[in-house]
Amino acid sequence: MTADRIIFLLTAGVILGSAIMVVVTRKLIHAALWLVAALFGVAILYGILQAGFLAVVQVVVYIGAIAILFIFAVMLTRKETLEKGTQTRPNWWLPGILGLIILIGLIILITGHIDFNRTAEQIPTNIDTLRLLGVALVSPDAFVLPFEIASVLLLAALVGAVFVASGKKE
Amino acid sequence: MVFVNDPIKYLDAVIRDLLTGWGLSNGLSTVIIYFIGITVLIIFAMVLDIFLVWVERKVVARFQDRLGPNRIGPFGIIQPFADIIKLIIKEDITPGGADKFLFNLGPVLAISSVIILWAILPISSKIFGVDLNVAVLYLVAAGALGTLSIIVGGWASNNKYALLGAFRMVANMISYEIPMVIALLIPTILADSMSVQGITQAQGGMWFAFLSPLALIIFLISAIAELGRSPFDLNEAESEIVAGFHIEYTGMKFGLFYAGELLHAFTFGGFIAVLFFGGYGGFFGLEKIGLFSWLSNPFVQAIVFLAKAMFGYWVIMWIKYSMPRIRIDHMLAFNWKFLTPLALVVLVNTAILGKVLAGFPNWIYVLGMFSSNIVIGFITIQILRIYGRKQRNTLLKNSSTNGKNQEQVA
Repeated sequence: MTADRIIFLLTAGVILGSAIMVVVTRKLIHAALWLVAALFGVAILYGILQAGFLAVVQVVVYIGAIAILFIFAVMLTRKETLEKGTQTRPNWWLPGILGLIILIGLIILITGHIDFNRTAEQIPTNIDTLRLLGVALVSPDAFVLPFEIASVLLLAALVGAVFVASGKKE
Repeated sequence: MVFVNDPIKYLDAVIRDLLTGWGLSNGLSTVIIYFIGITVLIIFAMVLDIFLVWVERKVVARFQDRLGPNRIGPFGIIQPFADIIKLIIKEDITPGGADKFLFNLGPVLAISSVIILWAILPISSKIFGVDLNVAVLYLVAAGALGTLSIIVGGWASNNKYALLGAFRMVANMISYEIPMVIALLIPTILADSMSVQGITQAQGGMWFAFLSPLALIIFLISAIAELGRSPFDLNEAESEIVAGFHIEYTGMKFGLFYAGELLHAFTFGGFIAVLFFGGYGGFFGLEKIGLFSWLSNPFVQAIVFLAKAMFGYWVIMWIKYSMPRIRIDHMLAFNWKFLTPLALVVLVNTAILGKVLAGFPNWIYVLGMFSSNIVIGFITIQILRIYGRKQRNTLLKNSSTNGKNQEQVA
């Protein structure tokens, strides 16, 4: 067993464990923090795959912005009403079965894929993946159109948020 | 390979010889060597932290026209150890309504969010943790963990002052992260690299502090906001919310928050040195002359780096102990209406002018960059002056009409 595999198994265990804790735990703020742990685990997986940029962006965006806003929103709710009562609904078995079918289907699909047994190739150290990514994002024959459309969409969301927050001035 | 020229590689080879001589495999000895390296780096940071307690207390005393600790040891240098013993023997209290696990997690996260920054701090060209190609973003990501520690600690204390402190910190961090990221983009553009080693080496001829002084000022302000130090210490504002997020912490748990803050400030001093003052290098080409070749020795570089970091730390302390705390709405308005637009203007200016002046000789490039920053700064001050005068005029008008009304009432 190589060191990479040990790290992968540990990380995968942490991600799965924390993901289960997100839905099982009774306190909402604990759920948000378990989500942070799961997202951090995903960042480690990106790190193992030599996608350093994606790993850091995962931490900046998901933990630094989204998870902190989750926690902030949870703090503003009343905790008494949320920590009582059962955690399952009477018809929980239906989504359970659906989820199981999807899981089995995904496992069959992924194990049947041609590249399933291939090991990831090591990226040579002399290739600057970050620079390649940057060039790909702005070159016309690569991803410039999706990149710009996403930017415009985010700008529209930003303008909309400012408009909603500022209220009507009469 | 001599110890003086490349100490880390030399020690690595020596320990690897030793471990493989004992019959361990090469892979296992790599893991052990990495663990030793990480431990030594953390111990160095924490020992430096003890020293920083003394520096901080001595410098604040000077700013406030006092002498500071001077009883234990020469110049009071053993004072931090007395502080530590005091913190350790204090009673460790966990409040009744606190969330025990998260309450204990808060201080651990606070100190670890600082220590992970040391992984990328380039102490010298040969002594550093790792040379990430996304180091600049890593700095921002580590800041996110710092915010998380304060939220966790503030919420788990089950105290309304602590929670208020945590709320304020979130507002502070989320807003000041934006000018900070934009200001970080400017050294990235100038050096054409996001790695701290690359940024340091790009400043061999000219420090970025001269190419973009406005970016330096914006980064300094947002770094102080991220540290939560005065004038942005709303998260622990003593006069309003007693001690803010760490109100319920006692003994060494409080000590970890305190130590984390000091080390964070010093680390940001180090990053200011790396991003704008040439880090361990930046001798303007002096080290290439035979007489001064000792300047590229890793130990000399480490001393130069620590001195520059200490200067940045001193500036942060200087601001902390001379500025009053600003109100929360002023803080947010200052960020969104002033700092962020200014940072965007400087960024666009750097990107465009950098390309325009790229073909010219070096001195025209430096002069053009510097003077464009001065022009932007001058225009900013003029706009602020006009805005301030308008504000004052409306206030004067209001007060004069109020005075008339009062006269009529009388």
